[in-house]
Amino acid sequence: MRKTFVLLTAATLGLAAAGTALAQDEPTKACFIYVGPIGDFGWTYQHHQGLLEVEEALGDAVETAYLESVPEGADAERAIERFARSGCDIIFTTSFGYMDATNKVAGRFPDVKFEHATGYKREHPNVSTYNSRFYEGRYIQGVIAAKMSEAGVAGYIASFPIPEVVMGINAFVLGAQSINPDFKVKVVWANTWFDPGKEADAAKALIDQGVDIITQHTDSTAPMQVAAERGVKAFGQASDMIEFGPETQLTAIVDDWGPYYVERVKAVREGTWEQVDIWAGLAEGHVVMAPYTNMPDDVKALAQKVEESIRSGEFHPFTGPINKQDGTPWLAEGEVADDATLLGMDFYVEGVDDQLPN
Amino acid sequence: MRIELVKRPQQSALFSILSPFLALALTLAAGAVMFFLLGKNPVTALYYFFVDPLLEVWSLHELAVKAAPLILIAVGLSVCFLSKNWNIGAEGQFIIGAVAGSILPVVFPGLQSWIVLPLMLLMGIAGGAAYAAIPAVLKARFNTNEILTSLMLVYVAQLFLDWLVRGPWRNPEGFNFPETRNFHAYAVLPEILPASGRAHWGFVFAMVAALVLWFVLSRTLKGFEVKVIGQSPRAGRFAGFSSGRMVIFAFLVSGALAGLAGISEVSGAIGQLRPSISPGYGFTAIIVAFLGRLNPLGIIAAGLVLALSYLGGEAAQISIGVSDKVARAFQGMLLFFVLACDTLIHYRIRLVRTARMDAKGAQAGHA
Repeated sequence: MRKTFVLLTAATLGLAAAGTALAQDEPTKACFIYVGPIGDFGWTYQHHQGLLEVEEALGDAVETAYLESVPEGADAERAIERFARSGCDIIFTTSFGYMDATNKVAGRFPDVKFEHATGYKREHPNVSTYNSRFYEGRYIQGVIAAKMSEAGVAGYIASFPIPEVVMGINAFVLGAQSINPDFKVKVVWANTWFDPGKEADAAKALIDQGVDIITQHTDSTAPMQVAAERGVKAFGQASDMIEFGPETQLTAIVDDWGPYYVERVKAVREGTWEQVDIWAGLAEGHVVMAPYTNMPDDVKALAQKVEESIRSGEFHPFTGPINKQDGTPWLAEGEVADDATLLGMDFYVEGVDDQLPN
Repeated sequence: MRIELVKRPQQSALFSILSPFLALALTLAAGAVMFFLLGKNPVTALYYFFVDPLLEVWSLHELAVKAAPLILIAVGLSVCFLSKNWNIGAEGQFIIGAVAGSILPVVFPGLQSWIVLPLMLLMGIAGGAAYAAIPAVLKARFNTNEILTSLMLVYVAQLFLDWLVRGPWRNPEGFNFPETRNFHAYAVLPEILPASGRAHWGFVFAMVAALVLWFVLSRTLKGFEVKVIGQSPRAGRFAGFSSGRMVIFAFLVSGALAGLAGISEVSGAIGQLRPSISPGYGFTAIIVAFLGRLNPLGIIAAGLVLALSYLGGEAAQISIGVSDKVARAFQGMLLFFVLACDTLIHYRIRLVRTARMDAKGAQAGHA
């Protein structure tokens, strides 16, 4: 009898709690953890734009908070836990290195939703992962680079040899070689995501070696600025960097996280949030190409055509025949790479003039 | 006119005690002005910085997690700095300690036994000490500049770790991401009170190390030797102390403690090796050592204060929306005032009016 009473009380309380959640008097709290400063004009800047979009779309219904420059490692877990304890309903952890910390904290706070960018671990039902198919944009850049370069060599400032970056280099090379089979790419490993000084040095070194196109997989605008000073062309990364190279930027891969963030925060608010593993690209609008500038009309038209064919799903950048760097076959004629292989990519395709640091 | 620092013949005992509090008061005042100028309520801001992180149990645990490596490294460095051995490479010794200690769980994950953890700690200590021995031997034997050698070895250690986690030690199930496999249960340093938070035994190690070194430095002949050689190597020689052996001793102690900090951090707080396992603990510990006036007990306090300023910085970012930069500027103010107050106890400022002194003379006088 007593037990029944307790159960009933608990049930009533539970209902009451559910009732207040539905009443939605309280704003939903969305929190963001950034790996860099919001003023990097690259990766973190774009995530922060997403936060601003959430604020704009949901107005008073949402409250936001963020922590910037949170180091990956032991500090991340504390930062995430602090958010979980401070009443956040949904927490976006926006760097790969937060993966284990996100999952650990998620296990302790089953009522809070966690969204981890670029990771693959979803150890609890309240953890989702999301990422974008940046390689689609890289392929288009490769096409443009081969059309625009007189030297036939592009410089690639890369961060770390993780699959995401290797995949980007391969897509760029494949795009370029679809135009000019002899096109070469020189890769410099900066071993950092954000270090304007190092990135600028890498750009200078590459230009001194004769490249006339710079592309980057690091987050600062320094390479764009160096390219502008030295009069070569460059591609922006993560955000539209046209301000930093009005005469220099050909296009940029823009990460547009806003729509996803708005959708997920709304889902929490409406109680429809479910665990997902999203890998979206041009078609879904998560990857956006900045305007094609500083190039002749025919190149622009070609770039738009390639972009359209990828967006419509008619063409996949990793379509065979493609050989690995050592000449062994990887994809047969017409074969398309599966996502699992791409996400674990640890080899170059034929034509990359670099050795993977190992 | 120029400004000179003149050593005071006698230090005021009263102000020696008051100095940290004076510094804190000045920091609070300057911080309040900064927050006011930013349009934030200074009282709320300071509350989030210094009080809020102390109000919750989990947050106290986090304080211990953050302070443990700082204290552990800094007490070791105090032995070096007191004997005037400028070990700037604790960051590298921290990393090599972590790497050496991780050999068992990473390379021999099949070895599952309670013996793993003690062995890991010992190997971490040995790794850190061995790495510190390099600049020590170079200095003792060839009289090289230990500031340069120890600092340069930090970069070697960082790149070595980077290479390990991208190459031979990479997790075979990790999608080629640069990190080792997660440590198994026997290789994880336990939490002190698992129910309430994640502070691990590294904090206990830090406390024990600080107490032991405090005793050694203040109550034993060895401690006397450290200080005498630091203050006057010549007097030390007359007393029969060997400065060469002191170099080795100081570096081994601080290397061993930095190595212990490294393996404790990896095994207790992170759970695997990653390309970067320290946000600069080895360098921050230098500040902690001086903030604590090279006294192990002072270092405990200094380590906790510095850790608190990190936690408070985060709390302030979240609660009142100041940026990460403001939090760090505030941290900088704290350090500045503490060191400035300490300096003014030992020195006084003299304004020298130079009516007719040419630039060369002034420079020579300064040097």
